[in-house]
Amino acid sequence: MRSLNKQKIMVMLAIAALPFSSFAQIDLFAEKEEPITDIVTATFKTTRVVNGHSIENVGAGILDFRILHRFGQFSDGAYNLFGLDQASIRLGLDYGITKNWMVGIGRSTFEKQYDAFTKLRLLSQTTGGRNFPISVSYAGTMIYKSVKNTNTAYVPYESDRLSFGHQLIIARKFGDYFSLQLTPTYFHYNVVPTKDLPNDFKSLGIASRIRLSKRLNLTGEYYYRFDKIPGYQNSLSVGFDIETGGHVFQLHMTNSTGMTERTFINETTGEWGKGNIRFGFNVSRVFTVRKPKEFRNKAAL
Amino acid sequence: MKTSITKISLLVVILFSALTSEAQKVYATKTGQTAFNASSPIEKIAAVNNQTDSKFVADNGQVVFAVLIKGFKFENQLMEDHFNENYMESTKLPKADFKGYITNIKEVNFAKDGSYPVKLDGNLTLHGVTNKVSAAGTMKVAGGVPEMEGSFKIKLKDYNVTGLYIGEKIAPEVAITVKCKYQ
Repeated sequence: MRSLNKQKIMVMLAIAALPFSSFAQIDLFAEKEEPITDIVTATFKTTRVVNGHSIENVGAGILDFRILHRFGQFSDGAYNLFGLDQASIRLGLDYGITKNWMVGIGRSTFEKQYDAFTKLRLLSQTTGGRNFPISVSYAGTMIYKSVKNTNTAYVPYESDRLSFGHQLIIARKFGDYFSLQLTPTYFHYNVVPTKDLPNDFKSLGIASRIRLSKRLNLTGEYYYRFDKIPGYQNSLSVGFDIETGGHVFQLHMTNSTGMTERTFINETTGEWGKGNIRFGFNVSRVFTVRKPKEFRNKAAL
Repeated sequence: MKTSITKISLLVVILFSALTSEAQKVYATKTGQTAFNASSPIEKIAAVNNQTDSKFVADNGQVVFAVLIKGFKFENQLMEDHFNENYMESTKLPKADFKGYITNIKEVNFAKDGSYPVKLDGNLTLHGVTNKVSAAGTMKVAGGVPEMEGSFKIKLKDYNVTGLYIGEKIAPEVAITVKCKYQ
């Protein structure tokens, strides 16, 4: 009985000494590091690939004024200075409500369209601690055609001017040098040109970015239409993203005239093979409307 | 007899645990602030990281600070992207840390409120390059809670950070300030 108690004391002493011995060797330098979960950023350089949405959003509290400009077609020849005499423009304002949610409005010269969209990041590609292979966003667009009606056999409803689009944007960045994006798209037209056409149009976009240097990226975008309006082509665009200090400047060649989703995906008239290619550019100017919380009330920084 | 043994062992446990906490008090925070300023006359370049991980041992002054490069917030989103992708290469090199000692830790009395000057010496690892740095700061103690604040300067070329605008829009020497309130 007595010896058992002694044993007990010894065990307790040992237990009591345990934390001491482990604490005595605290070495902050040798502490194990937790794996870092890294959220992949800059899959694309800006919020548009060329005409269509990229996976990127503008930052929270940032207002982005965008001028999208397309000249006329090369095939118009010297008389129109290979298209430079003509222009199709979309002026737009985009705003980041949170870092994952942006909204935007725009006005295009084509059909005098007004458009509004929202883009929401649903999933983000991550590496390190927790791996997730892709980023996913949803973009929804509404387009209102304000051009005056031509005389038709029936009186159109006001709602006939509307069309609605839904896009799922799935993107992956393969290292710093290559990104790929798939964009399944669904568009609903309230009215279509002929009565044998469906009102809904499905298409699939594929886009990519290849880094050429720290400040120069090659981009490409192609939309394949599963449902077609006769007489129109698939949209194909290639361009450069040029990063300057304050913004990304985009220069490109495209066979599309309009810059709203409905127009360039489903109603592209130009054919690359016939030289119906337009030179175009997107310029963007950002304004910080709402500072990040780290910078509020901090004049010293 | 049995109760007295229990008592003794209890006492021993209490004694040892008291000893350990006295000898090895570790102060820690995960919400310290690290800020830097690389502004030039042409452009304001400043960022803040409010998720600075820091710990120090009260009796020997051993201290560590760690930040994730992507945790630095800029006013301008595009500047933040450029900082991560073109200058810091934060996907490859996600972390920066400082491991060193508060050399005059003995001069700080954690039981007495006040502001104590402190000196730090150690190794800063940034952009995959490790260099020795020294920093001066203050340790404020209020109600047993220490708050350390310090600053130092580094040259970007010492850490192999290169880029077109360094020396023009971006100052070649960057001022770093750290402020941590410990628990």
